[in-house]
Amino acid sequence: MDIANFLIQLLNSVQYGLLLFMLAAGLTLIFGIMGVVNLAHGSFYMLGAYLAWWLSARVGSLPLAIVLGALLSVGLGLALEALLFRHFYRRDHLDQVLLTFGLIYVFEELRSLLWGDDVHGVDIPQGLDWSLPLTDTLSYPAYRLFMSGLCLLLALGLYLLISRTRLGMKIRAGAFNREMAQSLGINIRRIHAVVFALGVGLAAVAGMIAAPVASVYPNMGSQVLIMCFVVVVIGGIGSVRGALVAALLVGLVDTFGKVLLPQVSGMLVYMLMAAVLLWKPEGLFKQ
Amino acid sequence: MSAPRAHLETLPRGLQVALALGLLALLGFPLAGSDFYVQMVARMMILAIFAMSLDLLQGVTGLVSLGHAAYFGLAGYALAFVTPGGEPVSLWWTLPAAVGASALAALVIGFLVVRTHGIYFIMVTMAFAQMLFYLFFDNKVLGGSDGLYINFRPDAAVAGWLPFDLENKLVFYYFTLFFLVAVYTFLRRLLWSPFGRALVGIRINEHRMRAMGFGTFGYKLGAFTLAGALAGLAGYLWGVQSGYVNPELMGFHMSAHALMMVIPGGMGNFAGAIVGAFTFELLLDLFKDLPAVGGFDLGKHWQLSMGLFIVAVIVFAPRGLLGLAQRSAPASAETPPGEPP
Amino acid sequence: MTMSLSSDASDILLSARGLTRHFGGLAAVQQIDLDLSRDRIHAVIGPNGAGKSTLTHLLSGDLPPSGGRIILGGQDVTGWPAERISRQGLGRSYQKTNIFAPLSVWDNVRLAAQSRSPQAWRWLSRADGCTAVNERAERALELAGLQSRRRTMAGAASHGEQRQLEIAMTLATEPQVLLLDEPLAGMGVAEAERIVELLLRLKPGRAMMLVEHDMDAVFALADQLTVMVNGQRIASGSPAVVRTDPLVQAAYLGADE
Repeated sequence: MDIANFLIQLLNSVQYGLLLFMLAAGLTLIFGIMGVVNLAHGSFYMLGAYLAWWLSARVGSLPLAIVLGALLSVGLGLALEALLFRHFYRRDHLDQVLLTFGLIYVFEELRSLLWGDDVHGVDIPQGLDWSLPLTDTLSYPAYRLFMSGLCLLLALGLYLLISRTRLGMKIRAGAFNREMAQSLGINIRRIHAVVFALGVGLAAVAGMIAAPVASVYPNMGSQVLIMCFVVVVIGGIGSVRGALVAALLVGLVDTFGKVLLPQVSGMLVYMLMAAVLLWKPEGLFKQ
Repeated sequence: MSAPRAHLETLPRGLQVALALGLLALLGFPLAGSDFYVQMVARMMILAIFAMSLDLLQGVTGLVSLGHAAYFGLAGYALAFVTPGGEPVSLWWTLPAAVGASALAALVIGFLVVRTHGIYFIMVTMAFAQMLFYLFFDNKVLGGSDGLYINFRPDAAVAGWLPFDLENKLVFYYFTLFFLVAVYTFLRRLLWSPFGRALVGIRINEHRMRAMGFGTFGYKLGAFTLAGALAGLAGYLWGVQSGYVNPELMGFHMSAHALMMVIPGGMGNFAGAIVGAFTFELLLDLFKDLPAVGGFDLGKHWQLSMGLFIVAVIVFAPRGLLGLAQRSAPASAETPPGEPP
Repeated sequence: MTMSLSSDASDILLSARGLTRHFGGLAAVQQIDLDLSRDRIHAVIGPNGAGKSTLTHLLSGDLPPSGGRIILGGQDVTGWPAERISRQGLGRSYQKTNIFAPLSVWDNVRLAAQSRSPQAWRWLSRADGCTAVNERAERALELAGLQSRRRTMAGAASHGEQRQLEIAMTLATEPQVLLLDEPLAGMGVAEAERIVELLLRLKPGRAMMLVEHDMDAVFALADQLTVMVNGQRIASGSPAVVRTDPLVQAAYLGADE
């Protein structure tokens, strides 16, 4: 593999990894802070993708669609949390698994009713529709660089939010000890609502950003959900830092695996997970 | 995690009678039903065995697995691999071999997975099952996304004599019923055995079990492997009946399918798993056959009905249908008076 | 210096030397030496946060030590997991009631007794048909005084009965060394007296460690006393001597509990 090819695969790994991180960060926060396992997390990714397609057709611009879509998703997240998820924080994981699996079905059907079952494409915004030349024959799509850049920005924002703001401090306090945080006057219910909405928003935005590259199709949520779970397991529940490291690891293993060992590429990531579990059963960065 | 669930273990008199009547109904059914329905009920019995295997893992031991279908599908594939294209293969060695393959897979994966707890366990069981799914899906050698066919049902011949012919739908029905009863009986006895009591203890309070000297890892691995083996038995029967296996049988949706059979029925007593399996399959057929209402094809969008039904059950009847029945049964030392505070 | 009341070393059933446990930068337990002798109750007292519970966790194997050694019945068990230490002959009861709430009192104790004859490979015979296990459980139930409550669901039993059950379950594993973590927690006067009587009944043949805040019970029960403050042992010896130790009075007994 020559330098240019290696660079391309490396950039692809990072891009895929960062996208996974957007999803995994929300999932790990929701797990770590509220103790809720949400199988429908992939559905929010799908929602984002469909919103990107549907809104960009209506408002004529993908960036605007992403902003609108993000707002809508956050709103949906708040509503879902208040109406349904809030009542399940204390329930058995089993109940949560079943509930959210039922939700997957419901979301798939709602999507089918609202937007049909066809596969759709989303156009890359005009300003980003070019390629960065690497050699005289190879180039790298600017949009993918933009994706990585945006995910990195959001990751940085998340880090700053959690470690540098008061809201972040309250979130961390609530994760550490719910009762104590409450007795200190921190409104735990609001924190939970914010975290949940944040998770939904991140997943949806990931879907929106990825739409021009990954296209928009039914069941896209389930595929990404598994990878997301693997990332969270490897990184350690509740650890956003772990999710980032794990997501990049998974991105690397998966991307290079497909190129170097195509027959077993599908299994490589799981073997990575198995290896991590043998060494650290609670993930690399378990809180 | 929430407070440990109390499960109904000693079946109330009414339920025992109902089960006995159910067995009689199953015994007599082929005399009244058409071929189509005989096959349908046989399929439900196979799924009931699958559900009971999950109940052992989940209801009894408390290990919530989202990847149990891996062992179900694997056995079907094992049968497909050993059945040549032009003739049947012997039942007598393929059945143990397929079950053994599932058990071995469960042992290996279990060894890796049982060391994790709570949410991790749920996620890694799902991940490993998906790994197997992709292994079969991506490789043409293993059948790929199209799956494999089993052109002839296994042959029960012993030294030239054929005691029964599985190609006969009636024979296959009773063959499956035999296993349903055998597995149920075995599991009920297991529940009250020292091994079973230890598994229940692990579900309720694993920490205390360890503090008392029980090597809980071994017990959990044992339960995981046994559950995998029994799922394999169901998968073998499924392969025999349908003559076709594909990766979906091992996938996430099939595993969730199993969960949805076990939970609404009520966990930890195996009767609930049987009731749940039959109920779920009947509901599925019902939802799929719904007519179009006001231009909206309910049948085509059965997932919506099923999804809403599941959500409703979880919200309103968390202990399942048998749990509802339990509330009207007289309280005894084994049956707790209600939800723990 | 620990003064054991018997100079015969074979009477010391559990011995800890230099036991230490760190949590990040915090030393919860520092260089603790402790001996538990047969037929004696060794009480460990100290203010909240002194490290008493951590010490108990270290001795029972619930937590691995950062340093030091533990010898149980002549065997070095340092770093062993809880299930191995339990099988080696140590039992502990928990401060926060740690029972099987949905099972009956009898089933709780029977399960504890089963740990000594697990018969894990018996899949087809009934667990409650095993005489050895039943007898062991019956003895533990009797010692703890819970025979009349055997059919009560453990979660529905009174707080005092649950504390008795804690002890019964520990006894059913037939330990030579017994660690009791605040057995009197949350009890009324009458119930506490019953437990004190129970603990005295348990002394013969066993080495017991008692972590307690109830000073009346401590002085009624303790043959030896160790005082911990901030993870360290500040005094150890017979109760009469320790209670007059000025260090102890300043740190603990002086402030009314």
